[in-house]
Amino acid sequence: MNHLDQLEAQSIFILREAYKKLGKLGMLWSIGKDSTVLLWLAKKAFFGHCPFPFIHVDTTYKIPEMIAYRDKVSKELSLDLIVHTNEEAIKNGMGPEQGRLVCCKALKTDALQQVVKKYEFEGLIVGVRRDEEGSRSKERVFSERNKEDKWDYSNQPPEMWDQFKTDFPKGNHIRVHPLLAWNEIDIWEYIRRENIPLIDLYFARNGERYRSLGCAPCTGKIKSNATTLDDIIEELKTTTVSERAGRAQDQEDSYAMQKLRKDGYM
Amino acid sequence: MSKNRDIMKIVVVGHVDHGKSSLIGRLLYDTNSLPEGTINKVKRIAKETGKPFEYAYLLDAFEEEQKQGITIDTTQIQFQSQIRDYVIIDAPGHKEFLKNMISGAANAEAALLIIDAKESVQEQSKRHAYILYLLGIKKVFVVLNKMDLVDYSEEVFNQVTLEMGEFLKTLGVSPLGYIPVSAFYGQNILKNSEFMSWYQGKNILSSMDSIEKERGVEEKPLRFPIQDVYKFDDRRIIAGRIEQGKLHVGDKIKIYPEGKETTVKSIEYWADRDQKSQIAAGESVGITVSDEFFNKRGEIITSGSDVPYVSNSFRANLFWMGKSPLIKGKTYKIKLTTQETEGELFEVIKTMDSSNLDCAGETAEVKINEVAEIIIKTKDLVAFDSFNDSQTTGRFVIVDGYDVAGGGIIVSDEAVVHNHFQAVFEYNGLKARGDIFEEYLYNSDTFNIEKKQNYLPVYTLGDEIEVKGESFSYPSNFDVLILRDNTAIRVRNQKITSITQLSDYKHEGYPVLNGRGFEINVKSDEEVQSFLRDWKVLSSTELLSKWVVFGKYRSIQFA
Ligand SMILES: Nc1nc2c(ncn2[C@@H]2O[C@H](COP(=O)(O)OP(=O)(O)OP(=O)(O)O)[C@@H](O)[C@H]2O)c(=O)[nH]1
Ligand SMILES: [Mg+2]
Repeated sequence: MNHLDQLEAQSIFILREAYKKLGKLGMLWSIGKDSTVLLWLAKKAFFGHCPFPFIHVDTTYKIPEMIAYRDKVSKELSLDLIVHTNEEAIKNGMGPEQGRLVCCKALKTDALQQVVKKYEFEGLIVGVRRDEEGSRSKERVFSERNKEDKWDYSNQPPEMWDQFKTDFPKGNHIRVHPLLAWNEIDIWEYIRRENIPLIDLYFARNGERYRSLGCAPCTGKIKSNATTLDDIIEELKTTTVSERAGRAQDQEDSYAMQKLRKDGYM
Repeated sequence: MSKNRDIMKIVVVGHVDHGKSSLIGRLLYDTNSLPEGTINKVKRIAKETGKPFEYAYLLDAFEEEQKQGITIDTTQIQFQSQIRDYVIIDAPGHKEFLKNMISGAANAEAALLIIDAKESVQEQSKRHAYILYLLGIKKVFVVLNKMDLVDYSEEVFNQVTLEMGEFLKTLGVSPLGYIPVSAFYGQNILKNSEFMSWYQGKNILSSMDSIEKERGVEEKPLRFPIQDVYKFDDRRIIAGRIEQGKLHVGDKIKIYPEGKETTVKSIEYWADRDQKSQIAAGESVGITVSDEFFNKRGEIITSGSDVPYVSNSFRANLFWMGKSPLIKGKTYKIKLTTQETEGELFEVIKTMDSSNLDCAGETAEVKINEVAEIIIKTKDLVAFDSFNDSQTTGRFVIVDGYDVAGGGIIVSDEAVVHNHFQAVFEYNGLKARGDIFEEYLYNSDTFNIEKKQNYLPVYTLGDEIEVKGESFSYPSNFDVLILRDNTAIRVRNQKITSITQLSDYKHEGYPVLNGRGFEINVKSDEEVQSFLRDWKVLSSTELLSKWVVFGKYRSIQFA
């Protein structure tokens, strides 16, 4: 087995554990490359079926092509898709002008919490990876959130030998991270190997492309001429810029992500 | 990057502050494995806080970790050498975070054990070494860091090497080598240091590259624990990960604990590229079988004659991470691969402080950070192997409340244990167990040695005993020392003449047996005392090999 085979097998194992051991389960689906790989892995894990709903937290500020692509794919694959927006916050004029972290908290963290409460999810599958940023690098595969969605990151329970955390008080939920061990290049090499369809925002047009997808006002493009998967992989092997450099919320403060994620951000 | 590069997972362990995170940080930095942004961020933080640049911050991402200069939780990071890919696992060294150290180390195939050359061997240096040994991680380099603080002295290197070597020897561990480095000044990391020309060995990276991967899990007997059974469409798919061995369509399989037999009908897949005629260890797969009997999560699929143990009890080496101790009389959840059952602590054979191997002998409980040899009894029958035979089906975790609190490595199975403490000898409040009067049989179907389960009488003072059975033949006069129950029994003319505490025992020149009916090779009171001292410090295998003779009074009969 090569590196990608091992990552794939481990992710499938994790997805199957989550499906078997957690009650109501949902998968966060952000349209980006990681979610796309997750969806593919779910199809493999469950032999062409997706036995749980997909959740898209729509901030209403997403890059418009993302929404169009979301609707197209979910129709083609007849996904059970839950789209949720924190309407209350939007009505009250929430937006990045209010402060990026404030906005992220309201339109992503709070919105996510609303979905979890509304549908009583016990497990949320999220495509975060250790190599994305510091607080994610310290995550467990099965990571508990309490009733207020808080992450007790300084006191995480042991996790060993693929015996994951499947016991917890009612009202808490588990964030399941099947892609934790993957890095950015792994994702791209896997997309290439498996020939997985992907939104074209990642490919360069007019010398620019998105490396990471998020909300339009807070997500920058990078200079790039990478128009194919091969180009992207080649580019990533030589780049010295980090993946989330274009994501404004990460740059607000040295520990911005840790603070957001402690409160329930994905 | 060639498609079939190997991947090697290495954990870095050792005492708090000895430079584990710094070493990894330095390795990543020197190999240009980090994006500029990550390095700049650490530089900026150093500037903001007025502290010097710390390579450790490249790993210690939490604010609390950086503020306190200490690793709290484990992390993993990938990088590449010329020859292969690495996952480097950083583990915290502080005693309080041992559970996080174990969470990291449990994933590793090999380890670097870091020791500060100036501080030399400390409590966690030893404890971590012991944990590695328990986890079955045998490929270990000992790294002497901060050589800059001891003027790159060969003498200091030799001293520390000797000290650690002695400790490792008591564990029966021989490290792959000792490497002197300075993580902070980048000495002996990617190339050999000019400050330590007396050192002829390999630097860190070449040492890592020299660690050989364990191969051949595909060739071992099949172990395929069922993870789930799906019925999404007209197929009834048994899903799971093959932990050991391989499987083809048409193979005859047996499903344990029951041992049901059937054959593999198909190997299922979704993406075309996953269509296969053979599946093997490491792969997450799905199969259908020809007999549609009820299968469920937790069962283990095997093939061939090498089958797992099936029992409701097993002997194991365990480490305990729970705040509340592991105690008798409490029900815990036991997870072994995908099997889950209730279980309890049946017996503590001995406990040890994992940092100095001080042995507490038999106690009633296992406390945090202790390691112990124990017997676990489960409610249901479980299929398992010894850890030596099969790592994944030979280990288990114990869940206390909501969290994993202990991890164990199975040494062997125990015969199905009875629900109650079954005494063989009883007198004046003393109760002693043993299977001295049980028959040992060789089962020619399973190729296992088993004990015949018969209900035996309880003997007390004055009782006449049976000295001959199918598989044992004892003399008319002998003594029995039952260590775990702290009891000594004297038999004279086939009658029990005394049942006392071990401390009251005096050797009178008659043969001495243990509770299993094996001869303890002692000829005098001094030898008895030295045997008892060994019992406190040696592992049970070591103790048995040194003192005990199986075949003197016992044999094994064909069943
Ligand atoms: N002089 C000197 N200092 C070093 C060296 N390596 C690490 N240090 C310093 O030792 C201190 C501890 O280093 P860390 O890398 O955080 O130690 P650690 O083993 O990861 O500590 P924990 O994870 O908290 O157990 C830091 O201040 C480092 O700068 C070295 O080679 N020489
Ligand atoms: Mg550290």
